[in-house]
Amino acid sequence: MKQLFWSLAALLSHWRKHPTSLAILLMGLSIATALWSGVQALNAQAKNSYNQAAAIFNQANTQNIIAQKGGYFDQDLFIRLRRAGAKVSPIIEGRIYFHKKELKIIGVDPITTPKNASSELVHSLKSAFDLIDKEGMAFISPETLQELGSKAGDRLKTDRGIVLPPLNPLSSVPPGAIITDIGIAQNTLARAEKLSRLIVDQKNNLDSEQVSTLTKNVLRLVAADESNDLTRLTDSFHLNLTAFGMLAFVVGFFIVNASVGLAFEQRLPTLRTLRALGAPAYLLVAGMLIEIAALTLIAGLIGVTGGFFIAQELLPNVAASLEGLYGAQISRHLTLDKNWFFSAFAMAGGGALLANAAGLVKTLRLPVLNVAKPIAWREINHGYLRRQALLSLLAIIIAMLTYSVGKNLLSGFAFMACGLLGAAMLLPFILALTLFVGERQSQQPLLRWLFADGRQEIPGLSLALMALLLTLSANIGIGGMVTGFRETFLTWLDERLVAEIYYETATAEDALKIEAWAQNEQEIDAILPVWRAKALVENQPVELMGMTFHDTYIRHFPLLSSKENVWESLRSSDAILVSEQLARRLNVHIDDALNLPTGDDDWRVTIAGIFPDYGNPKGQIRIDHERLARHFPDASRTHYSLRVAPRSTASVMTKMKAIHGDKIVRIVDQEEVKNISIGIFEKTFMITGALNTLMLIVSAVALFTSLLTLSNLRLRQVAPVWAIGVSRQTLATIELTRILIFAAGVALVAIPLGVFITWGLVTIINVIAFGWRLPMHIYPMHWLMVFITSLLTAFFASLVPVIQLARSKPIDLLKGFVDAR
Amino acid sequence: MTIAHTLKIEEDGEILRTQSLTKSYETPLGSLLVLNKINLAIQSRTSIALMGESGSGKSTLLHLIGALDDPDAGSIFIEGKEITQLKESEKADLRRGKIGFVFQQFNLIASLTVAENLAFQARLADRLDPSWLAELTRRLGLSQITSRYPEQLSGGQQQRVAVGRALAVKPRLLLADEPTGNLDEKTGDSVLALTLELVEETGCAFLMATHSARLAARLQRQCRLESGVLTCP
Repeated sequence: MKQLFWSLAALLSHWRKHPTSLAILLMGLSIATALWSGVQALNAQAKNSYNQAAAIFNQANTQNIIAQKGGYFDQDLFIRLRRAGAKVSPIIEGRIYFHKKELKIIGVDPITTPKNASSELVHSLKSAFDLIDKEGMAFISPETLQELGSKAGDRLKTDRGIVLPPLNPLSSVPPGAIITDIGIAQNTLARAEKLSRLIVDQKNNLDSEQVSTLTKNVLRLVAADESNDLTRLTDSFHLNLTAFGMLAFVVGFFIVNASVGLAFEQRLPTLRTLRALGAPAYLLVAGMLIEIAALTLIAGLIGVTGGFFIAQELLPNVAASLEGLYGAQISRHLTLDKNWFFSAFAMAGGGALLANAAGLVKTLRLPVLNVAKPIAWREINHGYLRRQALLSLLAIIIAMLTYSVGKNLLSGFAFMACGLLGAAMLLPFILALTLFVGERQSQQPLLRWLFADGRQEIPGLSLALMALLLTLSANIGIGGMVTGFRETFLTWLDERLVAEIYYETATAEDALKIEAWAQNEQEIDAILPVWRAKALVENQPVELMGMTFHDTYIRHFPLLSSKENVWESLRSSDAILVSEQLARRLNVHIDDALNLPTGDDDWRVTIAGIFPDYGNPKGQIRIDHERLARHFPDASRTHYSLRVAPRSTASVMTKMKAIHGDKIVRIVDQEEVKNISIGIFEKTFMITGALNTLMLIVSAVALFTSLLTLSNLRLRQVAPVWAIGVSRQTLATIELTRILIFAAGVALVAIPLGVFITWGLVTIINVIAFGWRLPMHIYPMHWLMVFITSLLTAFFASLVPVIQLARSKPIDLLKGFVDAR
Repeated sequence: MTIAHTLKIEEDGEILRTQSLTKSYETPLGSLLVLNKINLAIQSRTSIALMGESGSGKSTLLHLIGALDDPDAGSIFIEGKEITQLKESEKADLRRGKIGFVFQQFNLIASLTVAENLAFQARLADRLDPSWLAELTRRLGLSQITSRYPEQLSGGQQQRVAVGRALAVKPRLLLADEPTGNLDEKTGDSVLALTLELVEETGCAFLMATHSARLAARLQRQCRLESGVLTCP
């Protein structure tokens, strides 16, 4: 024990002499942990919110009964099941708007809600409902209440003009939702006697067959998690986020690895001395492990704190992205659990252990006697480049294998990660080669030295440069994808949103009245219904959109592929248009037949065309509206668009509001719809932008710390050149030039790598994750910006070491000679 | 400095003169006087051995003379020009063109080959004489290893490259700080013999710091530095 104590004391004394190295090491480990744990906190927060939303009236193993074809069903079926002795409770869910903000309304029946359905919330609801008077009560999360600018007891008036019961804040209500009595919800949604689902008491002994028989195949029994679409839909987003977190962790880890490697080299003489003095290798390893544990504890604590702040800072962006992509409501109030806390420490420990692994193995194998020889940098360099090339080759082979074998999201990410790492590990090779050519081409001695010395610096700087490369290429790649997506999306939006006015009525009857009025209006050229129904097609949630195939669509509606006379087929037969993502998920093509479950029977339809539907996580089918109404009598017939002369848009809207204001839930013009869509699009990529910036900062820190760490070693290398007549200012300029050459080289490699990322995202990840394939775009101006960013990053990262060198006192440089002894 | 003095320097071929050169270092225990009013002059084709114990200030004196460090007080004249007040770039010019420095640790540039190291300073000073460089290479026995890198050389070979680099520029003053300190006796002797031979041929002044009385005896004069005071018999 004493041996261990004193060996450890000797090992730790290294940090006393090199406090900057210790600070850099801790900073790297803390940053890596903070980035990882921050992203994980965001994932956990979002998943908690989904679960909270999904489990309001569900518990593990609780079953639900939903409509066979999706959407609403008659309340009579609930009564029929209750009469047959089934312990089920009705729920209605829908969307309402309050000052154009969308809220989910959930209607429950406090009397029949099973006791085991959801502990805290249901008990609160039951006791509250017991106490309330006839006007009822609307429960809302305190956060949403605040967002709406309301206070407890206020009564919300929806945009349709329905007044809700007084608001009552309750923390177990998920964000963005209002829970109230089922009758009130049905009235608010204009869905009298309609239900969304039934929750089944755990003690119930219902089976699927009974449900089908009792409801004549209209309803079916499903497991709780089957009805939780959100978790399934958002999986790809969270995998994306995790990949980003992992990339950030790798960048942070590079800092750790560089400083640990340097510390090991610096400590090698101490280790040898300790071995020579009789300390066994295992004891030194034990000491190093204790040191790692201590570092983990400190860096873990800093990292967890940093992660919390990062998550808190990014949470609004993530929430905006998830809302934009999936309409998911995420609580803005960060809540974290102990698993997250401990996993952050595990990552810090794992990272520290991994970074130290080579050092630990070397210590175990360290010979007591070492033949004195100078630092053979060329040998080290060649060995390093060889190892890197081999690893790079291995990573590229794995990437190619995953590309040819795997077809899921995980294999897509693995392909991209291996491809990226392979390319990153090839970077030192490419830089060494470039510098070699530069050296051979230069006649001027200082220029020649600049290149030759640059090659010597590669092993020390390569990790930081690889981190910069990953960051820049991610920037180019993701930026390229987002900008390309934006361009495609805007063009698509222009083609898709051709009608001048869009409106939604409270009821189908209201819609009919407005339609009748519109037919006599001179200014209105066409009334285009967009009726809606929901269905589960081969277990995929699908929106069915019923439309009339007016000239507007024939001329503008974008199609990716279609059969001849597609519009005529749609008008005259049971033909449909299928969204790209649905076609991919169902693996169907033009002319394929599809069975749409209609309750009584399946409706067999043929695919006549495939259309792009960017940004919609759910599959969509477009069909003639009258056929839709025939097969789906419950289809909502409240959405319409109008074609009017553009100059008449405002006057028609004003007239409609004046005459039919009480019947219209929402009415917006084309520009507003476009703005809303673009707004959602922008929100979707907010988190990407934030993480990109964060990673750029981290890689700048990585470069800065590496340069700072190397600056002491550099003194020894530049001192002889200074001694034979090169001024410190010239040396500093050369140092800066060298770093800028590195940064330029990195940026040049980052461009093709970034294009690779864009290609991977567009053709693999997006297709698997979202189901849509975007056209590939490249943006040379963005590359130029990234190139300049790289130079600026390197410039600022090298500023301190370069100024240090320019201002170094002769005694510091002379120390270079003394230290060499 | 008067005109008469300058003329005298030219007559005598005086390369170096120090006047009351003083240097001290701050230590945790207070100021440590390393050099106390050192006066030293050295003519061309003259070699002086600077002896003294470790820490006596030999290296410090060489660093001051070599324009690598600044004195606290006193003057240094190289070929009659006072150098202590020179700007950084002027000092760099001086080191590059007039002074050759050989270090105990060789201090070769690890990233350059032997040939590149040999020519480096001369090229920097734009005074490369290819035939002189070729002769130096041959006489120093480096012809077969010009494409090697420093790490691939023995200590003796590295020190010969260091000597060659310093002499390739045909300096007016060659400074050597324990040049054989890292070499065995035989190799050290041969490196010194070669250096003296080349010094004689180039006509420069040679100042060498050493512990070894045996090696010091091979130079024309021997000075001793003790407690900051220089004594030249």
